[in-house]
Amino acid sequence: MTVALHPPASACPACAVAPAALEVAGAQEAQPGEIVLSLPTIHCAACIAKVEGGLARHEGVNAVRVNLTLKRATIDAAPDVTASDMIEALAALGYEAHELDAGALSATATDRAGRDLLMRLAVAGFASMNVMLLSVAVWSGAEDATRDMFHWISAAIALPAIAFSGQPFFRNAWAALRAGRLNMDVPITLAILLAIGTSLWETALSGHHAYFDAALTLTFFLLAGRYLDHRTRAIARSAAEELTALEVPRAWLLEDGTEREVPVAQLRAGDLIVVRPGGRMPVDGEIEAGVSELDRALLTGETLPVFAGPGQAVSAGELNLTGPLTVRATAVGRDTSLHRMADLVAVAESGRANYTSLADKAAKLYAPGVHILSALAFLGWYLATFDMRTALNIAAAVLIITCPCALGLAVPAVTTAASGRLFRRGMLIKDGTALERLAEVDTVVFDKTGTLTTGTPVLMGLDQIDTREAGIALALAMGSAHPLSRAIVQAGQAAGIAPASVSEIEEVPGYGTRGIWQGQVVRLGRASWVGAVPLAVTASYLQVGECAPISLQFEDRLRDGAADTVAQFIARGFEVYLISGDSAPSVEAMAERLGITRWMAETLPADKAARVAALGEAGRRVLMVGDGLNDTAALAAAHVSISPASALDAARVASDMVLLGSDLGVLAEASTIAKSATRRIRENFRIATVYNLVAVPLAVAGLATPLIAALAMSSSSIIVSLNALRLRGGRG
Amino acid sequence: MNILVYLIPVSLFLGGIGLVAFIYTVRSNQYDDPEGDSRRILSDEWDDRPKP
Repeated sequence: MTVALHPPASACPACAVAPAALEVAGAQEAQPGEIVLSLPTIHCAACIAKVEGGLARHEGVNAVRVNLTLKRATIDAAPDVTASDMIEALAALGYEAHELDAGALSATATDRAGRDLLMRLAVAGFASMNVMLLSVAVWSGAEDATRDMFHWISAAIALPAIAFSGQPFFRNAWAALRAGRLNMDVPITLAILLAIGTSLWETALSGHHAYFDAALTLTFFLLAGRYLDHRTRAIARSAAEELTALEVPRAWLLEDGTEREVPVAQLRAGDLIVVRPGGRMPVDGEIEAGVSELDRALLTGETLPVFAGPGQAVSAGELNLTGPLTVRATAVGRDTSLHRMADLVAVAESGRANYTSLADKAAKLYAPGVHILSALAFLGWYLATFDMRTALNIAAAVLIITCPCALGLAVPAVTTAASGRLFRRGMLIKDGTALERLAEVDTVVFDKTGTLTTGTPVLMGLDQIDTREAGIALALAMGSAHPLSRAIVQAGQAAGIAPASVSEIEEVPGYGTRGIWQGQVVRLGRASWVGAVPLAVTASYLQVGECAPISLQFEDRLRDGAADTVAQFIARGFEVYLISGDSAPSVEAMAERLGITRWMAETLPADKAARVAALGEAGRRVLMVGDGLNDTAALAAAHVSISPASALDAARVASDMVLLGSDLGVLAEASTIAKSATRRIRENFRIATVYNLVAVPLAVAGLATPLIAALAMSSSSIIVSLNALRLRGGRG
Repeated sequence: MNILVYLIPVSLFLGGIGLVAFIYTVRSNQYDDPEGDSRRILSDEWDDRPKP
């Protein structure tokens, strides 16, 4: 555990929990009055109209613009309009919305690299169409002076166009060569330059064959592949940034008796910090004043809130539930206990780094093969004819024919189609090879709290409780914002129970609520406070006067689609595990309810990671689904990992995919899509191979005219693109 | 073949118009929200700038 004290930023849960530390410096100042909201559930024209219309009617709002591609709304409003007003207004319209840190997002507002690629793509497209026009005239029989003139005009168009459009390939190839490596761009660059060079030479000697059109079409198709690839990544990146921007990293610093809001990054050890009910601990520390309850679900997976009083140590990431707490910071930022997780994550991640994507495997075979082939063709022809011009022409033809149009398009076209489809379903792919890895999965490990469940308790067995007592409990619960109280209120109102008239209701932070009912003291709260024997499950206890306390039991609510998803995975023959940090009875109950036979309870973060790693060593390909800090190491250790958007930032950083919506149902579908995507990629490689088997002998034999090259290249590119598009099916 | 003297410049010019138009659309952020734009056409509300 002594290794990696300062791992890379991506593997550092502590910095991820306090993103301010990294971002405050880089983030640009957002425009005052501009609010950016994430709207994960919008999907149609009616949604756009409803959101824009609904918000525009709100007082102080000047303009609203919805971006459906990014599922975002940008609101220009008066300074006194806050994001929470907007979120409430949207909730009333029936849309889920989250605030985004506009400052953190402005970096991606205009996607420079994408625009640059698009511009080059346009120039290449324009030039290739014009040159093709001239080439068709040559192929259909233009002769002598006319042909030469057409070739010269083609050269005049092609040279500047290639010089501009080909730059991304030239730069990459140069970088690879300087580092002494070969990548896909080296043969591409060589093919383009050789084609242009020999064509110029041929034109100067008024030869018959010029490959200007081939060089340009090649550039065009490859740029199209690059652009698709870039677009997929850009959408994933901006959505990932969006998730980071969701957490607003601020804390209330207590100085000379006054509270001041400061960025978390500015806190120092020894500072006094006020944490209000509903707030998350920004630092490790010790409670100086105040009594409350802490929700540690994200750190440990426990669903039961823990009592907190003066002198008790708290860890960053814990959620304060009932009373305000004053905390003296003992460790901030990178020094917090969260940072210990970094070791686990760094160790676990190294296992995954050696995964090579299908495209890389293909490129490794492809790049040297092409060079050797064209060098051999050149040598053979030169030795046979001692004619430099013919030999060079044939070497160029071989390079052009073999050029990885299909290869360069095969993978990006498929991943773009697949991730586009998943994105529309609310799933975001962060890592390029995640789809391929997901396709290999045969074991699924779920975390319980916050993943299979929403983390919000639901009151059970209300009908077994006396209506009189239920009314008292409801009245007392209404006086508190504690999650269990809210659950009682929800259940009580749903069952139509009228609250009893309880007076003098007061909340005792950390213990419960009490009041006076018909002259008797009534109390609702922790077992020890009301004098009850605590049960093993999440429960709240009600005591009326001096009677024996009765218990109100809660159950964690299942996430939408959770039962379905688990059932589908089991039905398809996946091994499904439930590994949780929560107590054994509640984990067992959950496992039974979902039909999961393999479960583990009360696991420590390291145990989870070890269990997942052990499964991996046993040859299983593990998909880990988790949300808490205690899952982080396991997420990193798994073959592929998914976390919900509500997960802690550190968990999202460690996972390959993020569920944007709250519905788990996408998981099973994602696995199907990943499988068919990988199948498509392999199919495309096979198509490209068959095409090369046919075309390369022609080129080596010196039979490939520019016309044949153009036909072969275009048709293979179009076939792989169409094959990839088959994945898109079922739009919506 | 003299017709080529006109036709080739004409074809280049027309293609050039297309290119310039495309560059204009890229520069004015018209590809930022392809999903939304394809659906907004179905909305019967007036959009952004071309308000009556």
